[in-house]
Amino acid sequence: MSALGDPPLIAGPFAHAPTSIGLTMRLVMLALIPGTLVGLWQFGWPAINLFVVTIATAILAEAAALRLARRPVRPYLLDGSALLSGWLLAMTLPPWAPWWIGAVGGLIAIIVAKQVFGGLGQNLFNPAMIARVALLISFPVQMTTFVAPTPLFSADAPDFLGGLAITFGAQTYDAMTSATVLGQVHTDLGTGLTLLDILPSTYQLNQAAIGTVAGSLGETSALLLLLGGLFLISRRVISWHIPVAMLATITLCATAMHLVNPNHFLNPGYHLLSGATILAAFFIATDPVTAPVSARGRLLFGFGCGLLVYVIRTWSSYPEGAAFAVLLMNACTPLIDHYVRPRIYGRDRRGEPLAYGEDNQGTTR
Amino acid sequence: MKLFKIRGGVHPEDRKGLSSERPIEPIPLPHLLHVPLLQHVGAAANPAVHRGQTVRKGDLLAERQGVISAPVHAPTSGRVVGIGRYPANHPSGLSVPTITLQPDGEDRWSDALVGTDDPFALPPEEIAARVAAAGIVGMGGATFPAAVKLNLRQRYRLHTLVINGSECEPYLTCDDRLIREQSEQVLDGVRIMAHALGVGHIIVAIESNKPEALAAMRAAATGRAEIEIAALPTRYPMGSERHLVFTLTGRESPARGLTADIGVVVHNPATAFAVHEALRHGRPLVERVVTVTGAAIARPANLRVPLGTPVAHLIEQSGGLREAPARLISGGPMMGQPLPSTRVPIVKGSNGVLALTAQEVNRREPMPCIRCGSCVGACPCGLVPLELVARTRAADLEGAVRLGLMDCIGCGSCAYTCPAHIPLVQYINYAKGEMAARGRARHKQIETKRLAELRSARLEAAKRAKREAMARRKRQQQAKAEGETPPLGNAEVGTNAEARP
Repeated sequence: MSALGDPPLIAGPFAHAPTSIGLTMRLVMLALIPGTLVGLWQFGWPAINLFVVTIATAILAEAAALRLARRPVRPYLLDGSALLSGWLLAMTLPPWAPWWIGAVGGLIAIIVAKQVFGGLGQNLFNPAMIARVALLISFPVQMTTFVAPTPLFSADAPDFLGGLAITFGAQTYDAMTSATVLGQVHTDLGTGLTLLDILPSTYQLNQAAIGTVAGSLGETSALLLLLGGLFLISRRVISWHIPVAMLATITLCATAMHLVNPNHFLNPGYHLLSGATILAAFFIATDPVTAPVSARGRLLFGFGCGLLVYVIRTWSSYPEGAAFAVLLMNACTPLIDHYVRPRIYGRDRRGEPLAYGEDNQGTTR
Repeated sequence: MKLFKIRGGVHPEDRKGLSSERPIEPIPLPHLLHVPLLQHVGAAANPAVHRGQTVRKGDLLAERQGVISAPVHAPTSGRVVGIGRYPANHPSGLSVPTITLQPDGEDRWSDALVGTDDPFALPPEEIAARVAAAGIVGMGGATFPAAVKLNLRQRYRLHTLVINGSECEPYLTCDDRLIREQSEQVLDGVRIMAHALGVGHIIVAIESNKPEALAAMRAAATGRAEIEIAALPTRYPMGSERHLVFTLTGRESPARGLTADIGVVVHNPATAFAVHEALRHGRPLVERVVTVTGAAIARPANLRVPLGTPVAHLIEQSGGLREAPARLISGGPMMGQPLPSTRVPIVKGSNGVLALTAQEVNRREPMPCIRCGSCVGACPCGLVPLELVARTRAADLEGAVRLGLMDCIGCGSCAYTCPAHIPLVQYINYAKGEMAARGRARHKQIETKRLAELRSARLEAAKRAKREAMARRKRQQQAKAEGETPPLGNAEVGTNAEARP
């Protein structure tokens, strides 16, 4: 009997795909690396400091909460979910924000949005987005002060000590501030200008694609983020449904409105390449814990995210709406999962067994 | 032919290369054969021999009881040394009624067995009767008595016989080898079954990872227009009867129904081979091909094994264990079951003995569900396994049933693909078992109530009869006392009520 191994589990399968939660998280991080590196290079030492502070806080908060809950710390820390939450949060912060923005954000994401709900897999809302929205509402000034890119080691870039002074000191950098495209457009439209006046001075599409524009730490390089997202789809870490539905919805809404009034409504290119659109579509809305589990549910979820992003950006008082959109749709996830299920084999959509007519080679009993 | 794509499924590493190139070999007889009387779905067979009796190979050891049952025959010639209980080939390891046979080493077939030269001249009922008498059951592992399925045409309008050679479980190669090496015999059995079913269309379906078997079957079927050979995509669980039929016909059999509901009957190639043996040579089912494999087996092999041979003997014949296995499995790794010990015998449904290393099993500590939906995407039945399990864990079994618990075929695709390594099948099987137990308890309760009511009615009737009898006697005595002759008075004398004081 000793040769038979441990017998506690009776049911199979006795083979397993080479997957684990840790592997899934590591693949997502791998996909984030290119976009992150460009962001860090672009915004220099202050961004690197903020990135490190945010992630470190998230990991420490996770460890402390796990210890407090008397759960095993090692396996849960090693799965990388806290690291990823901190990483995603950092990506959405203004790159030169003071250190405490990252620290408070990390604490909110892990403790309030995740561990209070019961830890891994239990949270209703995306932790990074809860933290971002809490910060935006609590500290609107710090959260909306963006800078123009000053690539690492370029003439205008702060050196290492300068970076420390910006992140941890109180050094002001008013000279460097620059609005994001969406922010600029939002403000200027409010003053009665038309897009024809605003855009030529503020925006070039290819710059948004590459990422050499003002914006959040890791949201600027739309193309590299898209590449990372496609990698995740090809590795089946995420399914295509949410990103495709979300991007398609934004494109449709933007195209329709742009056709109605090109002077007032941005064309779909701006919506797709500016702000958090790509990051949210591939990395945030696809967070498995807070998104629906079925393919059709995910299409619906992606559609909702896209619609809300467009509505918030266009008609609300906020220039950017990805975080709000994802959180609002997170709230709908349980409902979507309740009503939208796959059809069971041998049953119709209502759950009744399929019935075949006489002509259909069915029973003759 | 046009194939239809099933929903979900997984692509486990098939590991068939370990044994697929090893021809089927006979093995020397073990010292004792332990032949269980229940090797099939249904009622156990009833012993037809006594201790000490000598039997020839193929002699009846135990006869079937009832319609859903199968007889058991002597796998070799020898002496019956025991009719008792022996550990079953089942994870519980519980003892079951078993006949123990001591081989005499001559392996002599009984003289009484006669086949027929032209089975196609026999009426379908006769074929089914002979298949039943030969103890043939579904040899893909389900072990449902084959004759019952051959008689489905009495109740369903059938048009197609599908031979399920998909062998979608990783590691197993016994059907592959059988088709490659004995394609003529397998095809003969298939045609006999089609004749018994009265169907004019046959599809032999084999997964495309078995090109040699496909080629062998194509060669054997040359010139027979009624036989189609289908190369299935390699995807687990292609061999699930209902999913196979959908792949081939594009039609789903209704929930809780049979594939016969849409006119299709599915049999396994090894069953077809057994039908050939039974009809052509009169030989009952006394042996089968078993794949012995896994990284812990020194020399993986496909063995022709007399039923009742202990698993330990098979492992010995395959060069023994290379290392202590992490798991010892009967059947495939996806739906097979752990063996409680190597003493247990090979039975009609044993298609594989797997000794798997820890690396092959890849078991990890379960983590919390992250709702990634991998299980939802993998489920070929359109279920939401993570929710079935959440309900089960919350003891809401009715809720799990409403979500389709009973539509689960237990293929294990969900648990295979789960990144959190949650044993989803374990929870689902627990829920199914618990629901079945509740069903039995409810049935028992209703039955008890019914019997109790019957009993009180009976007692009441007896009491009433007694009262009436006494009243009658009183009347008679009064009548006697009044000097009259009692009319037909002796009629009551014999009743219970009269006899008691």
